[in-house]
This record gives sequence, structure tokens and C-alpha cells, in this order.
Amino acid sequence: MKFMLIMRATDETFAAYENVDFNEMIAVMGKFNEEMMNAGVMIGGEGLDPEDPGVVVDYSSETPVVTDGPYGETKELFNGFWMLEVASKEEAVEWAKRAPMQGPGSKMEIRRVTEIDEFPQDNEWVQKEKGWREQLGTA
Amino acid sequence: MGPEGEGLAGAARHGLSEQLDARRRVEALWRIESARIVAGLARYTGDLALAEDVAQEALAEALVNWPREGVPRDPVAWLLTTGRRRAIDAFRRRSALDDRLPQLDTGPAPDRPDDTDDDVLTLMFTACHPALSREAQVALTLRVVGGLTSDEIARAFLVSTATVQARITRAKKSLGAAEAGFRAPESDELGARLAAVLSVVYVIFTEGSSASSGDALIRFDLAGEARRLARVLARLMPGENEVHGLLALLELTSARFPARTDSDGEPVLLEDQDRRLWDDSAIRRGRAALRSAERVGRGLGYYGLQAAIAECHAVARSVADTDWERVVALYEALGTLAPSPVVELNRAVAVSMARGPADALPLVDAVAEDLPDSHQVAGVRGELLRRLGRTTEARTELERAVSLCGNDRERTVLHRKLADLP
Repeated sequence: MKFMLIMRATDETFAAYENVDFNEMIAVMGKFNEEMMNAGVMIGGEGLDPEDPGVVVDYSSETPVVTDGPYGETKELFNGFWMLEVASKEEAVEWAKRAPMQGPGSKMEIRRVTEIDEFPQDNEWVQKEKGWREQLGTA
Repeated sequence: MGPEGEGLAGAARHGLSEQLDARRRVEALWRIESARIVAGLARYTGDLALAEDVAQEALAEALVNWPREGVPRDPVAWLLTTGRRRAIDAFRRRSALDDRLPQLDTGPAPDRPDDTDDDVLTLMFTACHPALSREAQVALTLRVVGGLTSDEIARAFLVSTATVQARITRAKKSLGAAEAGFRAPESDELGARLAAVLSVVYVIFTEGSSASSGDALIRFDLAGEARRLARVLARLMPGENEVHGLLALLELTSARFPARTDSDGEPVLLEDQDRRLWDDSAIRRGRAALRSAERVGRGLGYYGLQAAIAECHAVARSVADTDWERVVALYEALGTLAPSPVVELNRAVAVSMARGPADALPLVDAVAEDLPDSHQVAGVRGELLRRLGRTTEARTELERAVSLCGNDRERTVLHRKLADLP
């Protein structure tokens, strides 16, 4: 089973991290990644630019409203993700608990990744998506 | 090591679902940590069988205590300390009976199994010890390295839990009788011992990949576990080309899983598979592992060559687009390294794709002398005869293949071929 571990942080989280030495932060994150590599469970991951919180497109009204990120009132930002291949959701949770994250508002969301063969295969758009995935080189 | 964020009121709230959650959490933790815990205890006691016994006792204790009292803040330290205490008890009992036995050092235990990479590797080698049958090696590896329960192993192999337990008990006795201890192989035996470890991982994978999708709901994902073990090995032994080769083979083979059966669960031949269903991220990982195997600089071995063949298919957009001459060359190399009629048959199929059925038929005829009663040989021969327009002979050969075939699904494919004959 594949799971995505999604890091979430708030302004308070970032403020708390300001005093942490950058090299030290890279080292603890590297150690966590190394542990997952050694355990044979990590199959991917990316970090998102914390300096540029991006933009948010809100579809609540008839015309989409574009605002600067992060996400409205919650001020919550996704700032990276890992892809894990493990035997159960509980195992993904155990790995998430070991992530070197701390501080107010710092969170991790754990979601199972669906596989293409879970969708109805005779659907025209599922058929098309298979072609796109091939073109994009994504799973 | 108090309960995690729970006072008395929290403990009292623990109902059945909380107990189940705690149990699942223990099992997940065990999957992640069992190899390091058992390896640490085996290093401490010098005895894998004893280490496994006391680790299981610690696990059983955790399964009783944690749902009731909460999961300790540092569960790994708890399991290690408990296991170590049980080991000391066991040694005391033994040395009371025999005062020639040494006492274990009862000094403070390290809280964390630091720098245990070598121990985990020794664990793998010991679980695949030459004194054990392949069946016992597989069961013991899944138990001590993979952290699977007897129940999970039983469900994966469709045997009873009692059978698995008996297999593991016997394996532990054999290790004791062979005085296997807990040590890394000597350099002169490393090659053979590594081959055994890789073969065990491969057996686990093939057992897992033969499960149909319906089975997947109840059977433990052995193919996934084999991939995990191969990744662990690749981290532990980066200088061994065949470790990377095996990982590459498993990833590239797994990439085809989504396309290997149709909606009725019937097998789909490689040539008929919807290649858009292949898992591209698995293909990328497999190709990366294959490059690692090549970078070692000793050429490709048994698994690496099979991975290179799988790569030829993985990168081809269709059967026609496949570099069949390269596939032929790779099968030739494989046949030189590990001669077998099955490799020869596959080489013949590749030759038929690269150069046509006329060139391939003599090769298949030669294989047929070695394997006169193989439905696969008869099936390939029938297919070549069909392509040569020798329909009557093709029909006879395909009918013979049907009569020799013991597998329902493969028989279905053969019947389909017969029905398609002009």
C-alpha cells in the first residue's frame, strides 16, 4: 500500500523554526529520511518552497477567487510530502510519528494513494488518463 | 515510560476499539522494529533462536499490557529491555542446570539499537543459514526480518498457523544443532550465503506475485515485503551488484502487476497487456536499481540479467517496438551464466520475435528433447508452427499442450489460441 505523508505548518510553526540552525534542521530531516530508506519504505518525496506560500484559488463563489496563500483564515501551509510503501495504515502512522517535526501548529496528514486499477477500467476518461500517465511518467 | 498522555480517566476509557487500535499499533511497530530488536537480542545472546523466543515473549507482553496501560513513550526501548530481561532469565534457568554455562552481562542495556546495520545483515544471513531447508529459511526470514506473525505467514502461504509455527520451531532447532550462533559469514563463503539470501527474497516475491487480486484482500502482500527486503539489502550491501539486480527485477516485474489479469481475473499475456496500466514509478525505481547494479562494475549476474530483460519490455511502447535482438543477447548471457531449458525456451521466443519463427523452431525442438512433457514447450512450438502457416501441426501441438497443462488459467489461454486457428 502506498501512502502520502503531507507536512502541514502554520505561521507559528515557521516562527518557532526561525531559531533552529539550518544545518541542524537538514541533518535531523536527513536522518529521518535515511531511516526510512534503510527500512525500505520510502519511494519518494518533495519539499515545497516555504518562502513562497503560493496562491489559492477559491471556488466557493461562481467566479473563482484568487488570493495569496496560505489557506485563508487557517493560515495553514502544506510544506512537503513523502511517499511510502508499507503494509498498513498503522505502519504509515508509526513513521509519521517519527518525523522530526515539532512546534505549535505543526501537523502531518496521512493519505492512502489510490492505484489506477481501482477505477472502472471501461470509463473513457480513465482510459485517457492511463495515456496521460504514460506521457507524464507518473504512476 | 508512563502511558502516553493518558491519566487514570484515559485508561478507564479504554474500550474494545481502543484495545484494537493499540494492538494494531503494536503490530505496526513490530513490523518496523522487529529486525533491529531481534538482531540486537541475538547479538546480545549469541543465539538467534533464544533471541526470537524472548522477542516474542516481549511482544506478547506488549500486546497484553499496552492496550490496558497505554503505549510506552519509547516502545522500542521497552521491547528491548523486556526481551533482554527474559534472555537473562532464560540464561539463569539454563546455568542453574549447567554451571559450565557463562552468565550474561546484566549491566545496563542500551536504550536504542544504534549502529545495528551489521546486526540486521547478520540476522538475514542467519535466517537463511545453509543448515535450513528453503521453506524454513523463508518462514524464518519473514518472521525475524519481516516481523510477520505466524498467522500472517500462514495466510500468505495458504497453510495453517500450526504448520508455520512448527516450521519455525524446527528451523530454530536446526540452527541450534548446526551451532549456527549469530555471526556474519566468512569472506570465502560470502558468495554462496548471499545467493541464499537473495534466493529467499525472490521466493517470497514469486509466492506473492502468484496471488490473484481476489486473494490480495486476505493474503499478506508478500511481493511488497520482498521489495522492502530487497531495498533494505541494497542499503546494507551497496557493493553487491546482484542485490541491486534483484531489487531491479522485483520493481520491474511489479510494474506489470496492474495489467497482468483482466477484469475476470484471467491472466493476460505480456504481448496482450495494456502497457498504459504499467506502474511507471516502479519502472523508474527498477531502472535506477539496474543502473546501480551496472555501476558496481562487475557486469550483471543472474538477477541483473533478468532485470535487464524486464527493462527491455518496460521501455517498449509495444511488442513490435521491443528491442528483441537485445533480449536475445541477454537470454544468451543468462543461458551461459545459468544454463536451463526454461532460459533456452525464452531465448527461442525472443529469437522468433527478432528474426522470425523459422529461426526459432530448431531451438525449441532442442529444448523439447530436454523437456518432452512440458506444456510450455508444446505451447510455444504450436505458436511457432501457427506463425509458419503449418496449421495442422500447430493444432496437434497446441492440443498436446492443453493435455499436458495442469493449470486452469494457462489452459484457458491455450484454448483461446486453438479457437483462433484458421
